[in-house]
Amino acid sequence: MRRALLIRRAGPGMTVQDRGRPGYLVEGLSRGGAADPLALSEGAALLRQSPDLAAIEMAGAGGDFLAEEDIRIALTGAEMRATLDGATLVWNASHLVAAGSVLSIGAARSGTYGYLHIGGGVATPKRMGSRAAHLSAGLGAPLAAGDRIRAGNDPAAEVGRGLTPLPRFGGGQVRVLPSLQTDLFPQEVLERFQQTDFHRDHRGNRMGMRMNSDGPGFLVEGALSVLSEVIVPGDIQITGDGVPFVLMAECQTTGGYPRIGTVLPCDLPRVAQALPGAVLRFRFITLEEAMRVETRARAEEAALRKQVKPLIRDPRDIPDLLSYQLISGMIAGNEDM
Amino acid sequence: MTLTTATAQGGDWPCIRTVGFDGILISFADRLSEPANRAALAFRAAVERESWSGVAESSTSLVSCFVRFDPLGLPHAEMQSKLATLLSARDWYGADMPEGRRLWRIPTVYGSDLAPQLGEAAQAAGLSEADAVRSLSTTKVRVQTIGFAPGQPYLGELPDCWDIPRQQALTARIPEGALTVAIRQMVLFSVSTPTGWRHVGQTAIRLFRPESDAPFVLRPGDEVLFPVVGRDAYENLAASGPDGGATCEAIR
Repeated sequence: MRRALLIRRAGPGMTVQDRGRPGYLVEGLSRGGAADPLALSEGAALLRQSPDLAAIEMAGAGGDFLAEEDIRIALTGAEMRATLDGATLVWNASHLVAAGSVLSIGAARSGTYGYLHIGGGVATPKRMGSRAAHLSAGLGAPLAAGDRIRAGNDPAAEVGRGLTPLPRFGGGQVRVLPSLQTDLFPQEVLERFQQTDFHRDHRGNRMGMRMNSDGPGFLVEGALSVLSEVIVPGDIQITGDGVPFVLMAECQTTGGYPRIGTVLPCDLPRVAQALPGAVLRFRFITLEEAMRVETRARAEEAALRKQVKPLIRDPRDIPDLLSYQLISGMIAGNEDM
Repeated sequence: MTLTTATAQGGDWPCIRTVGFDGILISFADRLSEPANRAALAFRAAVERESWSGVAESSTSLVSCFVRFDPLGLPHAEMQSKLATLLSARDWYGADMPEGRRLWRIPTVYGSDLAPQLGEAAQAAGLSEADAVRSLSTTKVRVQTIGFAPGQPYLGELPDCWDIPRQQALTARIPEGALTVAIRQMVLFSVSTPTGWRHVGQTAIRLFRPESDAPFVLRPGDEVLFPVVGRDAYENLAASGPDGGATCEAIR
């Protein structure tokens, strides 16, 4: 018996993702992996399993999934409309999808990347040490209708748990460290960069996100003769027309455009999840401050498991409400009824 | 706001700079040179041999070695001091080329519908198309680094006349196997991607083979020749398998 989800309908941006493929940078292959790694940790906390297991990343919208056997799931990241055989499912929670049931995930209501986790993790074959699709490198492919997603061994049974996601939806402040070429930019440009309201372009993807703003661009003298140098996810590259691009998990490994700064790893999910309408502001911080911020962020991520609580069910969502014994136990008789 | 974290130590080379939160870059020059390229390759090999705990991975670019590490386990100051000690251990610019280098011959169609920018690249270099092909097909170039895309080499160095800039506008999509030129270098593309480099030749080699035990074909230090092949012969080579007619032999 192999537990699996059969994909009946797939949105255009559905891929299997995990924490990516470290170790191939020297060969020109970026690590890739989930656009919002925090969502992987939240899904792992909800299902009480390893955060290294793979999940299904859904950019903008999900799809329809038929469970071939009973299967535990968790939904995290950008909140999407989700139903199980027509009944609404709570996001940021774990659920049981019984054999023969259809899980239907629609468009994102907040944020960009939603995640469908399954008990035991997505067990597609590993390629070069990871299950993550890396589309720009030609590794893997988007999921499509007809694909059968196998689940790994799932020793746990607990479902009906929820958590409050760490805040990262709806834009806001993004902390940035100076990088290799920050010194190429005059102080005035750096100040203006930090005072500008940016909106993510709607064409953003797993490689990078263009940051639109009103007013002049951020071009500097001599920027086009920079020697090609190492690129890391979070780098903010200023392209030939002066527009910043934040490079994401699946970025190239080297590049010749100057970088104005680098987004802190713990703030990159905030960029990934920003909708085009959300305002993003960049703020430079020092390495010392970054150490404090990252230390705190890692502690919060590690504490997610303790945060998981049983879902309080809305009585309207309980179809067989009348079969429950609603009045039980002692009453004192002085309740204000 | 201070920018000191990314500033070169002293003003001399080599220099150590931070890259984002968890990266550090040891650069041996601010422009491409063979000694700086050799230094970067040899230094990276030495970093790998050290196997410091807290280091996640390392890589090289043209003249630098990059190290990704976990600053929460291995603080920046400690990482920098380890690297500075290793830097002072020897003259890295005098390092040998990597071991196990090979000479590759990769058949190439120059110009034609397959590589439409040969004419404009030759013009930018001040050469006739025939002289451009002669120059590009007989210059032995070396893999200086692998980067941008998986298994994709930066190759050099071409004669002076090829010091031509990248084009202003990007070519929307260049095919896998495309041979391109700019700034006295060649890039042989391992994926289909937009680029500002000019497309002068087309090869049938697949440089990234994720299904293989050896997914990456070229290594830094390898030398490459791009001999001329006709349009018809090319079609046969393209159908012959992932090597596309390329051959290799050990150097010395």
